[in-house]
Amino acid sequence: MKKDKLIIANKKFDSRLIVGTGKYKSMSECAKAIKLSGAEIVTVAVRRVNISNKNKPLLMDYIDPKKITYLPNTAGCFNSKDALRTLRLAREIGGWKLVKLEVLGDKTNLFPDMIETLKTTEVLANEGFKVMVYCNDDPLMAKHLENSGADAIMPLAAPIGSGLGILNKINIQIIRKQTKLPVIIDAGLGQASDATIAMELGCDGVLVNTAIAKAKKPFEMALAFKNAVVAGRQSYNSGRISKTLMGNPSSPIEGII
Amino acid sequence: MKKIKIKVNGKVKTVLNNSKLSNLLNNLNIPIKKVAIELNQEIIDKKKTSNIKLKKNDKIEIVHFIGGG
Repeated sequence: MKKDKLIIANKKFDSRLIVGTGKYKSMSECAKAIKLSGAEIVTVAVRRVNISNKNKPLLMDYIDPKKITYLPNTAGCFNSKDALRTLRLAREIGGWKLVKLEVLGDKTNLFPDMIETLKTTEVLANEGFKVMVYCNDDPLMAKHLENSGADAIMPLAAPIGSGLGILNKINIQIIRKQTKLPVIIDAGLGQASDATIAMELGCDGVLVNTAIAKAKKPFEMALAFKNAVVAGRQSYNSGRISKTLMGNPSSPIEGII
Repeated sequence: MKKIKIKVNGKVKTVLNNSKLSNLLNNLNIPIKKVAIELNQEIIDKKKTSNIKLKKNDKIEIVHFIGGG
């Protein structure tokens, strides 16, 4: 079987599962879950260094950025100015150009502010960033993002952290069909089968954080998501049968006694 | 030497006027390779922190990566 790789901004990845590094009980739990998930890309947030506790453990001590691709995000940013500031700082930490842009518009539903997001995508692309963009599941907006220089479209399945699964499969399929960019389902997945569905819809990858970090058994769930993504991709590549209203016997009719 | 007040990550710090930014970072035990630094909202080239002298009311932000989704 030929190698089926995820390609984002000309970089190739074997795993189609991207995981978030937030909400874990500890950094060692986070690192172990990432290892089990097989993810090669992890999202990270940019925050102030704790200057009063000099011995606080650092994420980079647990997850080696030379082995795992860090994808800095703009979580917590509600306007273009803050998102740009955050990602310019992220780039400065160590030359990161591949970034995840998310500009939120509402503190309760955490839906993206697409006007600010679109504006910011264009600025970042012009500054040489490779921008993966968290967005709503609107095909027209996805097209605008592509035209503004995005490197990946990351439509939400459902509100961040909600665990509701993919609410609008039709829109996700339309987004997948109309773009040349990778489409990564971001936010709202609750269980492994949600990831399989995303892959079967033709998505190129999924991003999961809460569903793994907050599962009763995060390590088992990390493995489950790994397998679910692989299964979904294999299923998509295999070409499913068409649906029929009536039954079709699986055993031959001929020779019935 | 005159002492001045500056803000580092939102906290007031007292340092000597015209002391070097690199000295402050050393004193705070900052792992330079794992952070980014802003002085008054401008990103600083980490190689040049010894050329920067601190002034009264300077605002410094030192950020790094933490877990996030």
